[in-house]
Amino acid sequence: MQSKDCLTIYGEPINSRLLIGSALYPSPDIMTQSIKASGAEIVTVSLRRQQNAAAGNDFWQLIKSTGLKILPNTAGCHSVKEAINLAKMCREVFATDWIKLELIGDDYNLQPDPFALLEATKILINDGFKVLPYCTDDLVLCQRLNELGCEVLMPWGAPIGTGKGLLNSYNLKTIRERLPNTTLIVDAGLGLPSHACQALELGYDAVLLNSAIAGAGCPVTMSRAFKAAVEAGRFAYNAKAMPEKDVAAPSTPTMGMPFWHQT
Amino acid sequence: MNITINGELLNVTSHALLEIVKNVDAMTPYAVAVNGEFIPQSRHSHVVINEGDSIELLSPIQGG
Repeated sequence: MQSKDCLTIYGEPINSRLLIGSALYPSPDIMTQSIKASGAEIVTVSLRRQQNAAAGNDFWQLIKSTGLKILPNTAGCHSVKEAINLAKMCREVFATDWIKLELIGDDYNLQPDPFALLEATKILINDGFKVLPYCTDDLVLCQRLNELGCEVLMPWGAPIGTGKGLLNSYNLKTIRERLPNTTLIVDAGLGLPSHACQALELGYDAVLLNSAIAGAGCPVTMSRAFKAAVEAGRFAYNAKAMPEKDVAAPSTPTMGMPFWHQT
Repeated sequence: MNITINGELLNVTSHALLEIVKNVDAMTPYAVAVNGEFIPQSRHSHVVINEGDSIELLSPIQGG
């Protein structure tokens, strides 16, 4: 049942604020269990050359059996042309106009190329795609992507697969404040449920993660932990945190304090 | 003629994309690109493959 406080992606209500990846799990069975335990309604997938066609088809059948919405990515693309072509191939195979647009500018930290990202986004939006760009936490880049028509932006928390959490919460907070009506998802770099909770506390609408669950000692249990963390973070955001202070203030009443002024 | 499919050299007799793809037993679902350009399914039967062309057959895989 759809709750009132739900995530919206290009007009579609989504009841979970956790988007999950399908890679790196120790086995297909653990992948399926982890995805289920996460409560996610969106799962990310990709396209690659057919090598072991039977194994690839087994994977696809498993993902289809989850009944989740598919978010294909353009992972590994380094040029606008590659990303455009892969996005079109994804649209045909997965029958969706959603695309998680990844365009890598640096192989060392897998940092998105902001210039190519803008160029590819413009072309894909003109071609009818609903683009979910994986981007850096740069306010101006996010504004430009938004102006091109991206209703969803996915700035990184940290480089992909590092598990470092939100490296620049100031930047992320600024983007949230300046783009209040845009769906914002922290994508990549999370390692702990507390990182996801923090993102939601900042007002981010959701998180997208893969390695933090798939690379955990027990992915299924970690998946549950992330589910709880995302829910906690959203509750906290809606509850509005107390103002931070520089000076201590007692919580226990001082009135009626025993032994006061007896010495 | 010699072409490449998914990076591997292959000698084929047919010039028809649809027939070449059929002969390599590609498992559905897949999408096709020729020389780096996506070819929609609706055009597969119209595309002619030439010597040295490169065909990509892509299928679903895990992704993050």
